[in-house]
Amino acid sequence: MAKRIDVENLDVYYGSFKAVSGVSLVVEPRTVTAFIGPSGCGKSTVLRTLNRMHEVIPGAYATGKVALDGVDLYGAGVDPVAVRRLVGMVFQRPNPFPSMSIYDNVASGLKLNGVRDKSTLDESVESSLRGANLWNEVKDRLNKAGTSLSGGQQQRLCIARAIAVKPEVILMDEPCSALDPISTLAIEDLIQQLKELYTVVIVTHNMQQASRVSDRTAFFNLEAQGLPGQLVEIDDTETIFSNPTKKATEDYITGRFG
Amino acid sequence: MSAPTTMSSLTAPRGSRRVTDVVVRGLVYLSGVIAVVPLVWILITIISKGLPVILSAAWWTQDLAGTTDRRAGGGALHAIIGTLEIGLITAVVAVPIAVLGAIFLIEYARGTRLARGVSFMVDILSGIPSIVAALFVFAFLITILHFDRSAIAAALSLVLLMLPTVLRSTEEMLKLVPDSLREAAYALGIPKWRTILTVVIPTAFSGIATGVVLGLARVMGETAPLLILVAYARNLYLSPTSDTMATLPTMINTGRDVAETLAGYDRVWGAALTLILLVMGLNLLARWIARAGRLKDR
Repeated sequence: MAKRIDVENLDVYYGSFKAVSGVSLVVEPRTVTAFIGPSGCGKSTVLRTLNRMHEVIPGAYATGKVALDGVDLYGAGVDPVAVRRLVGMVFQRPNPFPSMSIYDNVASGLKLNGVRDKSTLDESVESSLRGANLWNEVKDRLNKAGTSLSGGQQQRLCIARAIAVKPEVILMDEPCSALDPISTLAIEDLIQQLKELYTVVIVTHNMQQASRVSDRTAFFNLEAQGLPGQLVEIDDTETIFSNPTKKATEDYITGRFG
Repeated sequence: MSAPTTMSSLTAPRGSRRVTDVVVRGLVYLSGVIAVVPLVWILITIISKGLPVILSAAWWTQDLAGTTDRRAGGGALHAIIGTLEIGLITAVVAVPIAVLGAIFLIEYARGTRLARGVSFMVDILSGIPSIVAALFVFAFLITILHFDRSAIAAALSLVLLMLPTVLRSTEEMLKLVPDSLREAAYALGIPKWRTILTVVIPTAFSGIATGVVLGLARVMGETAPLLILVAYARNLYLSPTSDTMATLPTMINTGRDVAETLAGYDRVWGAALTLILLVMGLNLLARWIARAGRLKDR
């Protein structure tokens, strides 16, 4: 598990609007890479191109190359559904399926991909919930509704649901922005554990969070409203936060704009 | 320096404002009462005249075979079964079309010109009078295709009336399912059709079911299609292809000119109360489904 992501010359459009221009970056396996930058700079858009989720929005398309261990995700004949089985995603707001129990939420990915065997499902639910640091809190009420949990627990449930299908990469789109500080801490601890098994890419508005959890940080910016967002630089997190190469990065992390 | 607050600025309004307040308040209360009076009146009349009739066991277990308007006895079983059977056929035809149509409009064609066109047609369809739906089916099935009148023909015209309401309510329920749930399913590598079947529909299920039951309750009281497309009979007919089948609305209609002193007169009130109870039962069922759906969320 865990694969390397190569992005080359990625442009993303929403209809005729060019949202992101010329992004090239490399994400190493078993690392956490953080995307930071001001609102509207395209960091979430780039994240969503890594598992072709942007295609859910009508009119959105990308050009360029996104490769997972050398395999182009946008190559001819590649099924976006298959891509998303390899590249999972955790969203800004916890979104457990309200019609399902805790157990069914975690098992949903496997079940809906055709796994029926009860013991396989049981095993996967337990190991995924353990992997998301949620097992001890919910093991006695697996048949309760997923929406009965607190916000932080729901987000960990969503992480458990994402890792249950054994993806290679986990994308996180501001996973803590709707959570309180204690739940945020729990998720950050969890991200540290997840990188032992998975490649993690996280979008965050919180620069302390980026410096706490990530190994590499990519800074995105846009020159003006209406212009496409661009990757300014990507480097080791320590370097970005102590000694960035570009002036714009320094201005952003020291709070001079954004 | 601000002006000091005087007591007069805090006291209740007086003079013309006070009069306006009393008058408008009175009108609003009066309108409320006027709106409810006819409803209560109808209910009291129907219950007082119909209740003694429907309390007998025969009412629910016998048809009117062998009775006349002058002779007491018999029951409404033939009409109750007929209403339920035609309602069931209507639902079996209308619900799949309505639900699948709503899924097409919301999940696949949302925002396209085709969807707007279909929505517009559905709006028009929901406005057509029941007599027009009945005559359309009559002209199509009986005049052009030379079928006989039948319970199925009556049910098909009710389909035309039920389809738009169920389609609309299903559409609204599907719109309420947040996109974040669809995205969550896509992100697990679940194909779109499976996402709709296992995430979207279960989430909206109680709302969809409520809409179906309410739509059914609405068409069960329709009379015009039944008058035109299927003949009334005093006997129990079960076959949906037979050209005779009693229903509660046509049973009421048939007895409307019976003299007040005869047994047939009481049966009309009994049939009216029975129809109200059936429709009310469906409404209660709808509420129960809606509440059961909400409980599951907690």
